Amino acid sequence: MSVQGKLTLLCDAKTDGSFLVHHFLSFYLKANCKVCLVALIQSFSHYNIVGQKLGVSLTAARERGQLVVLEGLKSGVDVFFRPREEPHPLQFLREANAGDLQPLYAFVRDALQPVDSGEAAWRCPVLLVDDLSVLLSLGVGPVAVLDFVHYCRATVCQEWKGNVVCLVHDSGDTEDEESDVLLNGLSHQSHLILRAEGLATGFCKDVHGQLRILWRRPLQPTTHRDRSLTYQYKIQDKSVSFFAKGMSPAVL
Amino acid sequence: QRSPPPPAPTQGSPCGSASAKDSVEWEGRSLLKALVKKSALRGEQVHVLGCEVSEEEFREGFDSNINSRLVYHDLFRDPLSWSKPGKALPGGPLEALRALDKRTVSGPATIALDSLSWLLHHLPCPTLCQTLHALSRQDSCPGDTPPGEQVRVLGLLHEELHGPGPLGALSSLAQTEVTLSGMMGQASAQILCRRPRQRPTHQTQWFSILPDFSLELQAEPPLESQPRSDPHTPSVDPTTHLTFNLHLSKKEREAKDSLTLPFQFSSEKQQALLRPGLGQATSHIFYEPDAYDDLDQEDPDDDLDV
Repeated sequence: MSVQGKLTLLCDAKTDGSFLVHHFLSFYLKANCKVCLVALIQSFSHYNIVGQKLGVSLTAARERGQLVVLEGLKSGVDVFFRPREEPHPLQFLREANAGDLQPLYAFVRDALQPVDSGEAAWRCPVLLVDDLSVLLSLGVGPVAVLDFVHYCRATVCQEWKGNVVCLVHDSGDTEDEESDVLLNGLSHQSHLILRAEGLATGFCKDVHGQLRILWRRPLQPTTHRDRSLTYQYKIQDKSVSFFAKGMSPAVL
Repeated sequence: QRSPPPPAPTQGSPCGSASAKDSVEWEGRSLLKALVKKSALRGEQVHVLGCEVSEEEFREGFDSNINSRLVYHDLFRDPLSWSKPGKALPGGPLEALRALDKRTVSGPATIALDSLSWLLHHLPCPTLCQTLHALSRQDSCPGDTPPGEQVRVLGLLHEELHGPGPLGALSSLAQTEVTLSGMMGQASAQILCRRPRQRPTHQTQWFSILPDFSLELQAEPPLESQPRSDPHTPSVDPTTHLTFNLHLSKKEREAKDSLTLPFQFSSEKQQALLRPGLGQATSHIFYEPDAYDDLDQEDPDDDLDV
């Protein structure tokens, strides 16, 4: 794989960008990478069902050790029934002051740590987070989330030459300063930004939205024009079709 | 030909601090690296406090000549001491920042802070401002410090991440503020220069940064040219694969051009209507009156006084 050591930011505005998470999950599993999925929004079975449509079995991947999943919805409850001394990745839920996400980082680090063993080595480690915006709702400050992503970048991207993919929501609400700081801070840290937007004219049956691709931090400084592309897309049952703006087969 | 260089912080002013404000769309690290390169080429030692990118990434693109003059203080790998064993700089970010003041090699130097935004997120604003002021304290009394000892401080700041309060506080510390933006793929810098006992000067400079991080200044803004087609996407002809015919053959085109439209009122048509000439088909009305029809031969309009 040519793309390594990169932070890809998935962002959605006025639409649901989770199809991108499912895409990257199945893509990296098929590419034989070691994947850690921090699933804070949906249950494991949801990702599994969608994964099966895209041709991967998450259950099988988990059993053979290729996939490690932190199921936020389930383990979030565990936090309250465990003794306080035992560290838990979602420990911040228990604190009065949300504090930092070091335990979550420790979980990711332990899950993706390259192991020197006789078994078949996986290709580069990949961290997928779905999603980061929910952490703000759970009381974590935007700087704490940025620090968590910073450490993931330093360890997974820089040290282990793996990739990190995170989903964040653009609330579009100018009142939500924390969400803006998080989104902009992540954008500055990212190498590639994929932004799924609803169409300005509203819902459409044949064109579900628009995808803007922005390359930030290119290795060589290039002109701005070379760094961004826009496509429109339609989500189908087992795939997503992309086409240039205005070129949907339905409208030609 | 190149335009004369602007009174940017790297030229003209003996010492001072500058902040470069960038945004997600117009990133500033390339400019910071270009200014770092300029300083290094002048023989200065450059200290970089790197919080946002790894040393490997920052040094990328620089040749060995520049890299040998560049000291990278790594706050990227483990800034908050989360790793075991700790790879952090002792004392954390604040001490790392203060340590820049106590560099051992004398001579003119440049300190690059990548970035001020990171520092602002992790240190209280007043503490940061005081430390920055102490770093570039040669500003206030240029006469006391011999020219060889002067320090230039460059800071990268991400505009969207902070409120007006901290941004204002940091601007008041900087002698020169560079705000990055651009138009049509060409980057520009709005430069605000504040010198003691002088009026602040404002200037816009268009520039581009070459792959080796040399700074190329452009004299004029980009021309309002027609949008050039993107070389990466092949232009697609939307008239292919249609289920209806959009084209006309030669005969069809001729027939179309010679057709007079029914409601187009030309002078010939007007004449024809006013004077039905020979050969014009006249219409006849055949009327068979019924037994009960009342045929009144009077003209109903007779009583109109027209």
